[in-house]
Amino acid sequence: MSNLAASADTMNIDAAAARPLASRFLSGLVSRLVIIVPYLWLLVFFLVPFIIVFKISLSQTAIAMPPYVPAFSLEDGISGFFSQLGQMSIDNYLWLTEDALYFNAYVSSIVIAGISTLLTLLVGYPIAYGMARAPANLRPTLLMLVILPFWTSFLIRVYAWIGILKPEGLLNQFLQAIGIIDDPLLIMNTNTAIYIGIVYSYLPFMILPLYAALEKMDYSLIEAAQDLGCPPISAFWKITFPLSLPGVIAGCMLVFIPAVGEFVIPDLLGGSQTLMIGKTLWNEFFNNRDWPVSSAVAVILLLLLIVPIMIFQAAQARAQEQSR
Amino acid sequence: MNSGWSRFNISSIVLGFAFLYLPIVLLIIFSFNESKLVTVWGGFSTKWYGSLFNNQGLMDAAWVTARVGVISATVATVLGTMAALTLTRYTRFRGRILFSGMVFAPLVMPEVVTGLSLLLLFVAIGLDRGFLTVTLAHITFSMCFVAVVVQSRLVSFDRSLEEAAMDLGAPPVKTFFQITLPVIAPAIVSGWMLAFTLSLDDLVIASFASGPGATTLPMKIYSQVRLGVTPEINAACTLMIGVVAVGVIAASLINKRREIQRQRDEQAAQRA
Repeated sequence: MSNLAASADTMNIDAAAARPLASRFLSGLVSRLVIIVPYLWLLVFFLVPFIIVFKISLSQTAIAMPPYVPAFSLEDGISGFFSQLGQMSIDNYLWLTEDALYFNAYVSSIVIAGISTLLTLLVGYPIAYGMARAPANLRPTLLMLVILPFWTSFLIRVYAWIGILKPEGLLNQFLQAIGIIDDPLLIMNTNTAIYIGIVYSYLPFMILPLYAALEKMDYSLIEAAQDLGCPPISAFWKITFPLSLPGVIAGCMLVFIPAVGEFVIPDLLGGSQTLMIGKTLWNEFFNNRDWPVSSAVAVILLLLLIVPIMIFQAAQARAQEQSR
Repeated sequence: MNSGWSRFNISSIVLGFAFLYLPIVLLIIFSFNESKLVTVWGGFSTKWYGSLFNNQGLMDAAWVTARVGVISATVATVLGTMAALTLTRYTRFRGRILFSGMVFAPLVMPEVVTGLSLLLLFVAIGLDRGFLTVTLAHITFSMCFVAVVVQSRLVSFDRSLEEAAMDLGAPPVKTFFQITLPVIAPAIVSGWMLAFTLSLDDLVIASFASGPGATTLPMKIYSQVRLGVTPEINAACTLMIGVVAVGVIAASLINKRREIQRQRDEQAAQRA
């Protein structure tokens, strides 16, 4: 065996030596490029933009184009850079704490995202559980059916709910036709509409990790518990739920994180009084043209999301360790 | 074991899928509505599809979206595949942690923040907003999704195949194109499709990154939706759903067929 490996080794060296120098140089260059090209791309289009956002959040609003000062430029040189550095201030952040609008927007984003995440969990859990207990030959099809809506446009799926929820919409027509209500329910332009929109749009994100956790579970544990006289509900809370906890955490974070910064759903389904931070940032930028303040809003939004993102990453790392 | 498939489980699945699909089905049904009122049925008609094709603004937007989608998905697939190779193959180089952070961060970044930051970059470097800037923005966020998809395939890749080819004297570049690429091809194809649909769907980032003359379809739909629900928009949405559904179903069928073929080949090889 070791002989074989040794002879393979010499062959390897022979082959390498036989390869012309130019081709070796070429493959070295190619492997460098494989690293450098995406690296540079992400530096320029991902990291640098964030530094710019941070910098502008410390600048002041001005009636100019671009509408903020100081605007660094290469012509000013190093001394110009430092004199402009003196003009930077944390005024925009102070402004965010003074105006209750922003504080309320942050709080209500987190509250709305939190309530919607819980509702998504309540809706998604029975579906994921049902899928995990379905006959094995049905499961791939069910999985495909959960993923399919995810491929259709987010905007379209939110738009579809406008026709259903509005006062003369399909839901009210249906409920009035079967005689449950006399006056139309006012759901559109309320927080309820936002909850429905978020639950609907993010349901696949909740179901997939839950299903992954529930499918791996050993159901003979439940049978054993029941044989020993444990009622089904307490068997669920004592066995099934704790075992699915990694899926619950992953699913909740996958819904909560994007829901906090959501713009389309509160804008289309929520009313004009709805406060969510993504919408506030959008208005600040497009309607008030206040670039420095919207940059500061963005920086704080990211800071808010760091904790849930770290919870999510920790849960993912633990799940990977367990599967090994 | 079948006792697990109880009435409760069946009904939760049926209700769940009804919830997932009913809004889309209703939207499609009402795109064939004769009446201009979206929610009152006035008989079957395809006239809104006709008026759709005469709506020049909408058709222009669709054309912009298609071009942005194809170009950005293709570039993003190349860059994303390179990023995935870097992440799995080159475990030691300076700045690796920063690199993997930059690949995974855009996946959880709020769209408003990504859009705003890219716009501020384009302003800072003096690039006029338009077709080019939307395409650059879409490449940037979708390449990270491609990287994740391709990386998951590369992790399970049997590297002894590559080693065998190189032992037989194939140079690394040739080995990549003849051995590695065919094996990870399904992941690359699904990465491209994911990038294309992400670009097709994106409203928020495009609104920040785009300028006059490069209005994408979601931007156009959004500006009309704000004015109210119309059957014409329903028709446009139905067509978009149709395009994506056909693509996804076709891709999954092709994948399935390949899988069956592969299993058959393996069985034949084992028998031999």
